[in-house]
Amino acid sequence: MINKVRIEIAAVSENEAFARSAVSAFVAGLDPTVEELTEIKTAVSEAVSNSIIHGYSGGREDKIVALECSYDEKGIVRITITDTGKGIEDIEQARKPLFTTGNEDERSGMGFTVMESFMDKVFVESEKGEGTRVILVKTLDLNYGM
Amino acid sequence: MHIDFIMTDNILIAAVKGDIDHHNAKFMREEIDRTYEVFSGKHIILDFSGVPFVDSSGIGMILGRYNVVKENGGKLIICGVSEYMRKILHMSGIFTIIQAYESVSEAINIIKEEYSDGMTDYENHR
Repeated sequence: MINKVRIEIAAVSENEAFARSAVSAFVAGLDPTVEELTEIKTAVSEAVSNSIIHGYSGGREDKIVALECSYDEKGIVRITITDTGKGIEDIEQARKPLFTTGNEDERSGMGFTVMESFMDKVFVESEKGEGTRVILVKTLDLNYGM
Repeated sequence: MHIDFIMTDNILIAAVKGDIDHHNAKFMREEIDRTYEVFSGKHIILDFSGVPFVDSSGIGMILGRYNVVKENGGKLIICGVSEYMRKILHMSGIFTIIQAYESVSEAINIIKEEYSDGMTDYENHR
């Protein structure tokens, strides 16, 4: 069975907790381990925060961050986080550990590193002035505990 | 999210309760820095035993407090770090400059041992 859900949130930091909890609640249907669920939650939190902080320069009530989440019978979870913000100038640079453009806000520059560590695959598509799409993929161990 | 503060000698203990994400990190930063200044603290102990979730915002928040304390000649210690939080913090290499201990009491002892002179000064001053 393929199951999917689409969530749109206003691009404000107040919604970061809702976004990660909603994805977590959806993926919980696959009966993941606590660790898997926490890792997915964290990766989603990083991607959504990036959209709000960088894509929308700290947040925009009139703009949307869209999350699409799906899983199949093999336990492959795929989450797409899309914004129509300002885009990433240099994706390769943005993905490097400790690189940040948000220093005044005490950003650590570890967002993509955390996403890459916790997910199996992280794809980033971005167009300057058009927006950014991050695709997170993780295969759950469905046989765990069986 | 909220923070319980305790001041013992010149050590500010901040027990963080709730998720640490980009949204909450700003509040935490402001609350801790303000309290640290108001009570003329020297050292800070951040207790994360009441934190169920953290993302990379936590790294920036800890490093920020580390800089504040360092500028003031003090020490920052973190404690109550879950295995999962440790994993995230480890990615940033934060443990090369910041020590983590199991409990608040352990952290207090470490600071008191290291800064015994400072404690006396503080007592006299008071």
